[in-house]
Formats: sequence, structure tokens, C-alpha cells
Amino acid sequence: MSDSRDPRTGEPIPEMCADPKSAENSPRPPARQALMTISKATYFKEAALKNLFLVCACVAVAGVALIFLFVGLEGWPIFAKVGVFNFLGGLKWYPTKQFFGILTLIVNSMLAMIGALAIGGPLAVGTAVFLSEVASPRMREIVRPAVELLAGIPSVVYGFFGLVMLRPIVAHVFGGLGFGLFTVWLILAVMIVPTIATLTEDALRSVPDGIREASYAMGATKWQTIWRVLLPAAKIGIIDAIILGMGRAIGETMAVVMVAGNARVIPDGIFKPFLTLTTVIVLDMPYAAGDHRTALFGVAIVLFIISMLFVAAIRVISRFGKEMS
Amino acid sequence: MSDKLPSHVVTPGAGPAYDHGDKFKVEKLDFFYGGFNALTDISVSIKRHAVTAFIGPSGCGKSTFLRCLNRMNDLIPGTRVEGRITLDDHDVYGSGVDPVDLRRRVGMIFQQPNPFPMSIYDNVAYGPKLHGVRKKSELDAIVEESLKRANVWKEVKDILSRGGLTLSGGQQQRLCIARVLAVEPEVLLMDEPCSAIDPTSVQKIEDLMAELKDRITIVIVTHNMQQAARVSDYTAFFLQEVAGEPAHLVEYDRTASLFTTPKDRRTEDYITGRFG
Repeated sequence: MSDSRDPRTGEPIPEMCADPKSAENSPRPPARQALMTISKATYFKEAALKNLFLVCACVAVAGVALIFLFVGLEGWPIFAKVGVFNFLGGLKWYPTKQFFGILTLIVNSMLAMIGALAIGGPLAVGTAVFLSEVASPRMREIVRPAVELLAGIPSVVYGFFGLVMLRPIVAHVFGGLGFGLFTVWLILAVMIVPTIATLTEDALRSVPDGIREASYAMGATKWQTIWRVLLPAAKIGIIDAIILGMGRAIGETMAVVMVAGNARVIPDGIFKPFLTLTTVIVLDMPYAAGDHRTALFGVAIVLFIISMLFVAAIRVISRFGKEMS
Repeated sequence: MSDKLPSHVVTPGAGPAYDHGDKFKVEKLDFFYGGFNALTDISVSIKRHAVTAFIGPSGCGKSTFLRCLNRMNDLIPGTRVEGRITLDDHDVYGSGVDPVDLRRRVGMIFQQPNPFPMSIYDNVAYGPKLHGVRKKSELDAIVEESLKRANVWKEVKDILSRGGLTLSGGQQQRLCIARVLAVEPEVLLMDEPCSAIDPTSVQKIEDLMAELKDRITIVIVTHNMQQAARVSDYTAFFLQEVAGEPAHLVEYDRTASLFTTPKDRRTEDYITGRFG
């Protein structure tokens, strides 16, 4: 028995364990104490905590499910009544005259989003590159809180600012009243900057430093390193950030309604007023009744589906990105 | 010192070493991280077309010194260099010298393999593209040649479009070597290139160092004294004797001499394993 060895470590097994009889002579007590059973109090506490967290998670799921159910039940009849194609494909939105086509609103929402993205996207990615790669630590401490503060401003304040400050400027420079697509673009562009900039900065920071060093050590300049290595390396995160920004832009209501001018047509110029999917709900809801009210819930369903598509897109892209690397 | 030696001397395991003169000349170099004096009074010549090894215990400033040679320390705010380093008699820290051009000529390999998150081909083509090579046929030729020189072509020639990060650690390191070789550097600085990879790849990297040195000057930092003895023609031993004091160069000599008849007591203690 004396030369028995532990198969993992190759060390001799102590006598006491190998031969229980010799335990009487050993100065150490025999290792025979029973293992403690779990106490009832501990068991119930663990179970209760587990269920508490489960409940928290369920509230979120239930919230989404209930809203979807409610909006779906309220809005579904309009699809049945005018037909999916007529509802989504119709250009005329005159609910009081029984015209329930929302294509104009969909197109307008997309126009607002695309313009905001075209201005705000580069601005936000540029801000993120500055924060992550260019700024000195002191500069970063000034700019980053400013960007984060931008996210905390209530959208009605953006709208107010747009109405009182931006609209007159646009009117003065380009003529007209200043309500319309262009003014909305400017406001939305600023509003999506914090969303995109913060997430893009995270994506850039998660690129390992070794990769920056490797690029500099190859004789790349800072600009070449950012453009050819860092942005491509962070592209999945940046695309996710942009999609979230798109979601923000398309869902924004308050700021848009105050400067859009709210005409029920597709604007034929960038300084022309227009109505979107979100603003129609806030404008019409106070007086809508019957089919008109149902149609507004139909619009809500469309908004819901658009944001679900954005979330799905992010999931697909992230998975794709994981497979790529 | 080596000027007095015969024109070539056979060093054990490293093949014949010819003295082609000095590639780098370092005179009285001091290095500071902010107020902390990390290296002091380093004077050393690095021979052209030879492999020079820097050895010494952890934290003795070998890597810091290596990074002075291609001014990678410039990227760390608050660092400062005193003294003089010349590359082919041109002052590396001279006014108006572009560190970007210096780094193209003095390539670097890091401890952790760091391929870019792009295809194997694009990793190697990155440098040439930076420096203006546009033609596909030209790039193809450079990529193949570089991967061959880095001893990794056979393993990757059929998967050039696959991501560089899908390779094993040792293959990644050789890919990084190929990436550097693609810009035809005159010097290759290797900062513990073998400490994070498998033994087969270590063997391949040591082999390629021997093959590369007829065109390139190689400086390697290593913790592994057997490796220094195997691959290098010259060895420099660095030591920080008191914590908080700057590190300095204790001894620099032909590898064969330093490992068999060290002149300094501290070198002898270190290579015989008495400390570090």
C-alpha cells in the first residue's frame, strides 16, 4: 500500500487515506465526517431568488406581448376591411373620406430616416473615431459627456429647439417657411448621433490594441490604420449601431411633428412639409373614431413590424459576423 | 569590438556569421516613462545581416529598448528618449524624421500573434497596398513570396481567402511574419515571438530566421536562453539590478563567447540559472 500513487498528480497518496486502519496511529483525525445536507432555509432562499429574477424577465416579455396583442387586435380590422394591399400600397390618406392608404406615410418616414442617417451617420462615426482614436484623454473627458448628454435631452426639447431656432434659420437661408424634410433631417441627425457614436466607440475600443500596433509597425499612418484596419474590424458593431440609429430615427415623433409641417403628401422637394407614420398617430388620435381610429392602430402595427425587422437584422448580422471571424 | 575579430567566425548552431558592419548604432541611450528612468546608458551596435538576441530577466527593459529602435514607443504618451540611435548612420530620432517611413524599413513581430481580422491574403497584401502596389498580379506574387519566406505557404496556399484568425497561434505568428516581410523591411524586430506558440511553429520560425538573415538584420528579444544560443550571432544581456532603478546593458558579445566565457559575473549567474 505504501507505494500507491495518485493517478493525476503522481504523488504518493497519504497513508491515512490509503489504509484506514493506520488512521488510529495518525495524529490527524480520520476524514469521515458526513457532508452537510442543504438547509431548508438556504434552499427556499435560492429558489425564491431564482423565481424573482424570472418574474423580472417575464415582465419585459409580457410587456412586448401585451402591446403587440393590443395593437394587433385594435388595428387588424383595417387590413380586413380595406385589404392589405390597399392599406400598405395606397397613396391617399384621407380617413374622413374613407381613403386609408399609408404608402405616402411609409415613404415619408423612410425619407426622413435616410436623410437623417446620411447626415448623422458620418457625423456619429466621426465622433466615435475621434473619441476612440484621436482625442487626448482630457479632450475625451469633455466630448464624451457632451455626446451622452445629447441622448438625455427629451425629444420635445429637440422639437422646440428645431421650431424656434432651426426653422427660422432654414427659412431665412433657403426661403419658404422652414417646415419640412430638411429641417427634420437636421434635428434627427443630431438626435441619432449619441446612439450611433456610443456604440461605434464601443466597437472600436473592442478592437485589440495589438492590431493597432501591428498596423503602425507596418509603416501605416494613423489615418490608414483607422480607415483600412480599425473601421473594417469594427464593422459589425458599426452596422448594428447604425441600425439602432435607424430605429431611433423612424420611431421619433415629438421632434418631427414640430418641424415637419405635416402635409399629407410625398414632399416634392427637401424644403416641403410632410407627414410620417409616427406623426399621423399623434396628430389624428385626438379626434379619430371608427375606421379612422382602427387605421391608426394599423399604422402602429406597421411601425411595430419595422422595428422588429431592425432587431432581426441586428441579430442576423451579429451571427454572420461571429461566423466570419 | 568585433572589428578586431576575423572576418568570419563559426558560432555554434547559428551557422557562419559574417561581419557586415553596423546596421544600428546606439549611443548612450536613456529612456523615460514620464519621470521614470527605465533604461540608462545603453550603447550597442547591431550588426547587419546577423541575428542579435536581447536576453535578461522579466522587466529588464529588453522590449522597451527594442521598441526604441522603430520608435514604437512614440505611440505611448509621456515617453522620452535621450542619446542617439542611428540606422545606417542616419539619426532615427533626428528632427523631421518620419516614424512611419522608419517603421516600414524596420518591421516588428509581437509576442501575441496579431493578424488583422481579414483574410490571409489581405493580411499579407495590407502593407504593399499601403505603399502603393495596386496590380493584382503583382500583389499575388508578393503574397506568395512572403508566405513562402515565412515558412507558412504550404499550410495556407489553398485557404488564402479564409480569415487570418482561423489559423492556429503558431500559423498566425508566421502569417504576421509574412505580413511584415511583404513590405521588404531591412530590419526585423521580434519581441518574444515564440513565447505564445506551439513547438513545431517555434522550430519553423527559428529555421526561417536563419534563412532570412542574408537579406535582413534580425533583433530578437527572448526569455529562452537556449533559443538565444541556437538562433543568434550576437547576444546582449540586460539587467535591472535594483527595483525602481533604470535597467542597463551588462554585457554584449558574440553569442558563442557570451554563453561559453561570459566576462561579467552577473551574466554568468544569469545564464547558469542562478537568478531570473
